[in-house]
Amino acid sequence: MKFSTKLIHSGQTIDPRTGALGMPIYQTSTFRQQSLDNFGKYDYARSGNPSRETLEEAVAALEGGSRGFAFASGMAAISSTLLIFSPGDHLVVCDDVYGGAYRVLTQVFARLGIASTFVDATSVEAIEAAIRPETKGIYLETPSNPLLKVTDLKAVAQIARKHGIITMVDNTFMTPYLQRPLELGCDIVLYSGTKFLNGHSDVICGFAVVNDKELGKRIRFIQNGFGAILGPQDSFLTMRGLKTLKVRMDQSQQSTIKIVQWLKQQKQVKAVHYPGLPGHPGYAIHAAQADGPGAVFSFELDNVETTRKLLEGSRLSAFAVSLGGVESIISYPAKMSHAAVPPEERLRKGIKDTLVRLSVGLEDPDDLIDDLAQAMGL
Amino acid sequence: MQISTQAVQIGLEWDSRTGALSVPIYQVATFRHPGLGQSTGFDYSRSGNPTRQALEDGIARMDGAARGFAYSSGMAAITSLMLLFKSGDHLVVTEDLYGGTCRLLDKILDRYGLTFSYVDTTDLKAVEAAITPATKAVFMETLTNPLLKFADIPALSAICKAHGLLLIADNTFLTPYLLRPLDLGADIAVYSASKYLAGHNDTIAGLVTVKEPQLAEEVYYRQNGAGAVLGPQDSWLVIRGMKTLGVRLDRQQENAAKIATWLEQQPRVRKVYYPGLEGHSDKKLMERDCRGYGAMVAFEVDDHCLVEQLLLKTRLISFAESLGGVETLMTFPEGQTHADIPPEIRAKLGINNILLRLSVGIEDVDDLITDLDQAFQGDTP
Repeated sequence: MKFSTKLIHSGQTIDPRTGALGMPIYQTSTFRQQSLDNFGKYDYARSGNPSRETLEEAVAALEGGSRGFAFASGMAAISSTLLIFSPGDHLVVCDDVYGGAYRVLTQVFARLGIASTFVDATSVEAIEAAIRPETKGIYLETPSNPLLKVTDLKAVAQIARKHGIITMVDNTFMTPYLQRPLELGCDIVLYSGTKFLNGHSDVICGFAVVNDKELGKRIRFIQNGFGAILGPQDSFLTMRGLKTLKVRMDQSQQSTIKIVQWLKQQKQVKAVHYPGLPGHPGYAIHAAQADGPGAVFSFELDNVETTRKLLEGSRLSAFAVSLGGVESIISYPAKMSHAAVPPEERLRKGIKDTLVRLSVGLEDPDDLIDDLAQAMGL
Repeated sequence: MQISTQAVQIGLEWDSRTGALSVPIYQVATFRHPGLGQSTGFDYSRSGNPTRQALEDGIARMDGAARGFAYSSGMAAITSLMLLFKSGDHLVVTEDLYGGTCRLLDKILDRYGLTFSYVDTTDLKAVEAAITPATKAVFMETLTNPLLKFADIPALSAICKAHGLLLIADNTFLTPYLLRPLDLGADIAVYSASKYLAGHNDTIAGLVTVKEPQLAEEVYYRQNGAGAVLGPQDSWLVIRGMKTLGVRLDRQQENAAKIATWLEQQPRVRKVYYPGLEGHSDKKLMERDCRGYGAMVAFEVDDHCLVEQLLLKTRLISFAESLGGVETLMTFPEGQTHADIPPEIRAKLGINNILLRLSVGIEDVDDLITDLDQAFQGDTP
């Protein structure tokens, strides 16, 4: 079955009792039991809810994994997954990791005795060099946020295997449509489902997907024990959003390429970071491991004044945090997604005050280009 | 601005207080007044609800209308429009009409003294001949159900103007993305938004757009008076669905064209109805007026036994009523959608016991064709 068909037909898409197309929204906390000896498949909705389960099965199938887990947010998915580690464990993390992940790693998990070393993950050597005897996990984003830096997933997964370490990949920017890290040898795929998977800027949710059964049991234990699960309404909405993932991504990606080409010709634009550009340092690796460059990119402007004009003056692109929705969203990493990273650390990572990130939605690309042009005063 | 951009923009500017990208779901019945004789613009949710209004404003912009109106179903929209007429009035109506509309006109509204003549609205002479001194409107489907005929809207509009009639167009099968009937001279467009507009087979809703402000006032009076309004949760789901209207329909049309071509080559298929096929009588007209041919395909097989086989043996394609969603559905018009049309009229129209209708979804077209193929072969699953 091809990807676009899987999107429509993965998971339980027909209610077995009534034939309804789509799982009902089981807005319930508990399930009546028939027998003292044999409890039914569902007993308490934190442990299992049919509306959530159908979504978890669908996401696992799309990823080529054996199990998927839906969480209350992307950060809930990341935090729950990180709880499989123990005090004394050490993690190697890509240095331009999403600010929210940076915050929990340095302020929450560090206090629990889980230490992290941040490295430039474009260098497989740097990752290997950071591995210590107590290292238990490697945490990656590729392309990364907001500079779209690329990590060679196959190469890192091989090193991790050699050292008996778990590889985790936040695949939010790509989705299983464009990149499937489990197929490349990685162990856990993480998502902010809020972004492209749900795709409508109207739900907060997250996922973890694994193939290894044992790892699945460990995450399942945390999901149920910690209980940061996704509710039935949001599960239903995400399932609904997921159905149009391919058509949305195809259109957004096509528009992105057009907008990137246009921006490159503008004299106020000093640099464009997009793995679809042949000049991008990770272009070849990305092309080998993914099926497309995606619909998020960042660019640097000539000065802070132009940056402000653009952010405040764009009418179609909403100036907001988040990404991956049907609406184009323009954001300012220095003060938004990466505000949790200290300023000197941020600058060292190349997240300048003139850097703007654009997540391209489903508007007509010509309308978006006209809008950017008017906002920049062209 | 392109229709797809307009669709994405629905509700975006609404909540300036918080800047939320998605219009809030105002699950509320009433609104506090700021003072005596003052209103925030909202008093009671039947009369106006912010979530519903975001949808109504959105569809109005997409259709180039003075105003839009949202109802609890497509039939509620049509029924509410019919309240524009009074006892003794006569309407000329497309003959291969959706069965639900036919039932409303013949079994409910006729008791109130409204009369209807059914004609082939692609035949302008037949339309003109059916007009009587009591005629007040022509009600048409822009792409008919299930035989996919397309009428000349500007020509019908000219006839209506000459006789002082309203032209009402049910644009469910095409949506504003493919056709804007008001631009071509229709006065009112009506939609079962349950179909392509919401697009996910999960919401029941109807929409109406009206070209002129004065007529829109009349329609509003009946929407508020009869009260068949769309609730806030469903309004919000329709808005959400409409944001992907363009990408969904692009894919659905592409898939439908391929399936229609494939069906034409099957030995057990006698006839394929799809206006994008060479030789379809209305292809040229649709090229002139529309952005595409839609994603509905009807076809006749050589034997009634094969109808049941196809309906039950397809695995990806569900045997279910409705249409326009992301999932591909197949239905048997004679026994389902058009069961309320008298048998002799059905026979005359070509809605027979060997006709099937496909609403093509956004799955990969190769998988859909493989599914149809195995159902034609009749292998037991």
